[in-house]
Amino acid sequence: MEIFLKLLELLFTFFKIGLFTFGGGYAMIPLITEEVISKGWETHQTLIDFIAIAESTPGPFAINIATFIGYEQLFIIGAVFTTLGVILPSFIIIVIIAKIFKHFADNKYVVGFLNGAKPVIVGVIFSVGVNFILLNVFSTKKVTLIKDFVFDWKTVTILVSIFLLSKIKDRIHPVVIVLASGVMGYILFGIL
Amino acid sequence: MYLTLFWTFFKIGLFTFGGGYAMIPFIHRFGVDKYQWITEDEFLNIITIAESTPGPIAINSATYIGHKVKGIRGSIAATIGVALPSVIIIILIAAFFMQFKENPHVEYAFKGVRIGVSVLVLNAAIRMYKKLDKHWISYFLIGVGFIILLFHFFSVIYVIMIGGAVGIIYQLLTVRGDTNGNLS
Repeated sequence: MEIFLKLLELLFTFFKIGLFTFGGGYAMIPLITEEVISKGWETHQTLIDFIAIAESTPGPFAINIATFIGYEQLFIIGAVFTTLGVILPSFIIIVIIAKIFKHFADNKYVVGFLNGAKPVIVGVIFSVGVNFILLNVFSTKKVTLIKDFVFDWKTVTILVSIFLLSKIKDRIHPVVIVLASGVMGYILFGIL
Repeated sequence: MYLTLFWTFFKIGLFTFGGGYAMIPFIHRFGVDKYQWITEDEFLNIITIAESTPGPIAINSATYIGHKVKGIRGSIAATIGVALPSVIIIILIAAFFMQFKENPHVEYAFKGVRIGVSVLVLNAAIRMYKKLDKHWISYFLIGVGFIILLFHFFSVIYVIMIGGAVGIIYQLLTVRGDTNGNLS
């Protein structure tokens, strides 16, 4: 019974995440962070590790991360339920569109909603990025006081070099970023 | 036919690294060129629909093409096909990852990787920003989203709904009879 309830919770949580993800994989990071951390399923750190792995393996980001968190919670059956949860909203909506609502993308309410939702999502993703940097680079728990910020030349070096690396080409592959930052982390924290 | 759909989307899921947009050329190659399941026009239509509906672009397009070819069962075959490789690969990695995680060498590398991920997330936001209409309401809504989330005022879901509501109101007030929907 307890397992059944937990599976439903996994399914429902990821259904919600799938339903509110507009504009590709990164748009789901804010909501995943919020849901999964508030429920105590993952810490910020493991979540960021998952994002790195999800970006370095084939397949859609949403499926990768849902499978990962589901597996951490209840192994294979958990992974099946989270994946199902994240897929179902798109599946249902697309089937409805394909069947009856062919001019969906031209509908003025849809267009209006997206015109308003997209900039908000951009702001939200910026916010998560800044939060990740505060957590990892300045070791703060929250945005609080300046005096809580810890400056560490190693993390700042990695941050600046990886940012510059990511700007060399227009769309550098995420795997390159993950590998390069991993190697730099290993050298700076492990060897030096 | 179900098997062809399943297998084609399985291959698409298996060979695309780095998220939904990397999949678009593969979907074109198989769906339009090789099997002619959809026309060029329908392909563009799918991309537009996928961008205006929630969920991963891979799932959206697999469901749509599957439905076009073989109805609801076709969409099930294609969607399972595109999701299955990731599920299998991630379960294998997750099973191993638990053992490697405690290793100090791996932890050093991941300390660096976490910084790299922060950069990836920021760059994703910058990329999405560049595609937005440069309009004062957009800037205002970016600010609203940023501040509300940074200080955890309320949930992401409400933030998105507020943005959507503002967008709908703006659309109804200003754009009459224009369906392309660009803010101007």
